[in-house]
Amino acid sequence: MNGLTRRSLLAKSGLVVVFASSGAAGAQEPEESANLPGDLDKYPFLDSWIRIDPKGRITVFTGKAELGQGLRTALMQIAADELEVSPASIELIMADTGRTPDEGITAGSHSMQNSGMAILNAAANVRVLLTDAAAWRFASSVDQIELQDGMAYGPGGLRLGYGDLAAGFSLHVMAKPDVPRRSKGRRLIGENVPRVDIPAKVNGGSAYVQDIRAANMLHARVVRGPSDGTQLKPADIDAVAKMPGVEKVVQDGRFMAVLAAKEWHAVKALRRLQAAGWERRDTPLPSIDLCDVIRKSPARDIPIFGYPGPPAPADARIVKARYSRPCLMHGSIGPSCAVALWENGNLIVWTHSQGVSPLRKSLAEFVRLPLERVHCIHVEGSGCYGHNGADDVAADAALAARAVPGRPVRMQWMREQEHGWEPLGSAMVVELQGALGRDGRIAGWRHDVWSNAHNGRPINAGGLLAGAELEPPFAPQKPQPIPMPEGGGDRNANPIYALPNASGTHHFVERAPLRVSALRSLGAHMNVFAIESFMDEMAHAANADPVDFRLIHLQDSRAREVVEAAANRFGWKRRVKGRPGRGYGFGFARYKNLGAYCALAMEIMIEPDSGTIEVRRVVAAVDSGEAVSPDGIRNQIEGAIVQSLSWTQMEAVTFDASHRTSFDWSAYPIVRFPSVPVSIEVNVIDRPGEPFLGTGEAGQGPAAAALANAITDAIGHRLRDMPLTSERIRAALRS
Amino acid sequence: MISLTVNGAAQSVDADPDTPLLYVLRDELGLNGAKFGCGLGQCGACTVLVDDRPAFSCLLPIAALAGRKVRTIESLGTPDRPGALAAAFEAEQAAQCGYCIAGMIMRAQALLERNNRPTEAELRVSLAPNLCRCGTHMRILRAVRRAAAAMGGGVQESSR
Repeated sequence: MNGLTRRSLLAKSGLVVVFASSGAAGAQEPEESANLPGDLDKYPFLDSWIRIDPKGRITVFTGKAELGQGLRTALMQIAADELEVSPASIELIMADTGRTPDEGITAGSHSMQNSGMAILNAAANVRVLLTDAAAWRFASSVDQIELQDGMAYGPGGLRLGYGDLAAGFSLHVMAKPDVPRRSKGRRLIGENVPRVDIPAKVNGGSAYVQDIRAANMLHARVVRGPSDGTQLKPADIDAVAKMPGVEKVVQDGRFMAVLAAKEWHAVKALRRLQAAGWERRDTPLPSIDLCDVIRKSPARDIPIFGYPGPPAPADARIVKARYSRPCLMHGSIGPSCAVALWENGNLIVWTHSQGVSPLRKSLAEFVRLPLERVHCIHVEGSGCYGHNGADDVAADAALAARAVPGRPVRMQWMREQEHGWEPLGSAMVVELQGALGRDGRIAGWRHDVWSNAHNGRPINAGGLLAGAELEPPFAPQKPQPIPMPEGGGDRNANPIYALPNASGTHHFVERAPLRVSALRSLGAHMNVFAIESFMDEMAHAANADPVDFRLIHLQDSRAREVVEAAANRFGWKRRVKGRPGRGYGFGFARYKNLGAYCALAMEIMIEPDSGTIEVRRVVAAVDSGEAVSPDGIRNQIEGAIVQSLSWTQMEAVTFDASHRTSFDWSAYPIVRFPSVPVSIEVNVIDRPGEPFLGTGEAGQGPAAAALANAITDAIGHRLRDMPLTSERIRAALRS
Repeated sequence: MISLTVNGAAQSVDADPDTPLLYVLRDELGLNGAKFGCGLGQCGACTVLVDDRPAFSCLLPIAALAGRKVRTIESLGTPDRPGALAAAFEAEQAAQCGYCIAGMIMRAQALLERNNRPTEAELRVSLAPNLCRCGTHMRILRAVRRAAAAMGGGVQESSR
């Protein structure tokens, strides 16, 4: 490998390429379980996570990626806290298959739980080693050693830097499981450390994979039909190849890409090829409601939970309801993009994929290279909220780059390609049945959920869009359910309430008319929407206040505290009921029953003639365990609420028999500034000493349910089918 | 070669006259601020100022820019010396992925240059052309309110 050439090639874009695999943390094989916290259990050697060079410079490694959720800063904060240095003095390497531990996919709100806990404990181990080394060098006891800002201080003015100390011992040692955390001095964990990625993002700095501009780089566009299941009709490729500026038309089976030195020339070539027209390739899309299709399709029935209890008494009141959600889009503001370089039989891809390691494995099979010849480096893209086009565009870039060895290729999807081809969040149906005893308590509960898969992320070449376009094609990945307790379509179907005589079944529907995969919170958005709507329906039947009704069924003390905090901060008990057009709603869940707790109360106004909803006030409470960055948690929950209100109130992917018709922001509108809430307040309940819990997906379900409950409160009629549009409100008001 | 004025400097670029300004800013002039979002004028990620008015750079062919002044976020400041809006966005931590933010700042800059005492309703309507998918809206609004105050004005409560 000629690393220097590549380095100078890409130096212009600020990227430094390291292709060495020897000595890299990522090259170490995972170990047998040693019962260590988070992913330290898989990678127990300290130098997988932390290295200190002779000059005392600290490098921290994580296999998780910054996605705009603030992870980079939070992990720097955690390491800096234990190592007693400033966060700015730490270099953090994220998600790079040549350098970092394989922590799988940055998803499921696992980063703080898995990587944060690993780095916290690795740093505590390193702090102990530094302290021991200093005590030995100063011939003192460890009690006499103070660490501060990269220096160890001993008795009588003795001092040594971390670099000097670390040169005397190896960090290639296994972490010890029970190393205590630092107990003295000012803590950095819990401080609102400003995010290190924000200055570049708000000043036009280089921050995204889209911003890479390497010397000699070619711009590429992939050529496809308007949406998944379609293909273009044959075009005059020779004529396109002769268009001004077009360097190459790459074809491999049905895969096609155009390459040009100037981006606009690649776009014009793409438009010319698209003008040939298109046709449907797959079977026609259903002409009836997608939720009905999924409800009636053959399904694999998977039991989710079963809690014993006496049968509901004969005089119990039975309540039944059916809820539904259409397919939803990730809708990244920046369409997916990747940069690839094929050189000397090696492939390097700069990608905003959430899973660089599974992508590397998939790409190696896809381009038929040995694994060690493929290197994937995460660079931020536009927010993805799950499995969008990131992995697919990386494969598109790889195929294009293979055709022009030695030249970096920047592959950028167009807007209609992201809308047309990204994997969607599945349409879903939930049916709930509850029995209400005469004592006002729930005496029976039945949950049935129908859904397509929520995990189509690539694990091999068949999981990449272009995998089906090559000749011969790679067999598509078989859709699989995600087992509980995480769950996919059944995520959060298991109610957190203490309910007797309760059971649930996941009806997993393998055949998906539209391409589907992981969308932020997976099935939790729908299951929490349904459960928390249904809790209000049961409370109504019991003539009980919705918050009181939840509390009498809630035993988990942290759950109760979050519900009470949201209700108290909102002034739930003082709300004035019965004012025209005004409604109040509540929603609560613990994400996956494993992650963060989030409760929220909402006040809305409905304009009766138009059915327009104005969300006046949202007050949320969240318990994410020990809060590393309270403002980071607030930012995530605020975002979850606004995004979920957009999903729940106005979004639905549309299609006709031949293709998706949600091809841009006019055909798939999302929330704009005039329609966002007047105010959102997020209260963080800190739990010092408790494990970190991921926050990014905790708010979507509760926000959806609180909106549905507030609408019911305002208009006296319940909407159970998303989206909860003004048209549906008007129709309900007319009925 | 086509001549245009970007951030006060005369530039001559080798590009087809129908090339949208966005590609020239990003690829020919090396400016990262304006982003490709839709190419359709629907999302505002590419917003720049043309003669002090917000414009979708993804739609504007460079041939239409003779004699007109283009300003991008790079003209407002740097990470070391941020302008009033960037400083306010940092103070409010008003970004998640941040992909939309440069466009938001340019649209807000145009508003505050024209009227640094908008009402809350005017502020929301003026930002309406720009989309954010992370749901950072509340923070973006706070940041613009903060910047308006720093620029000697302020956002007035709307009567509701």
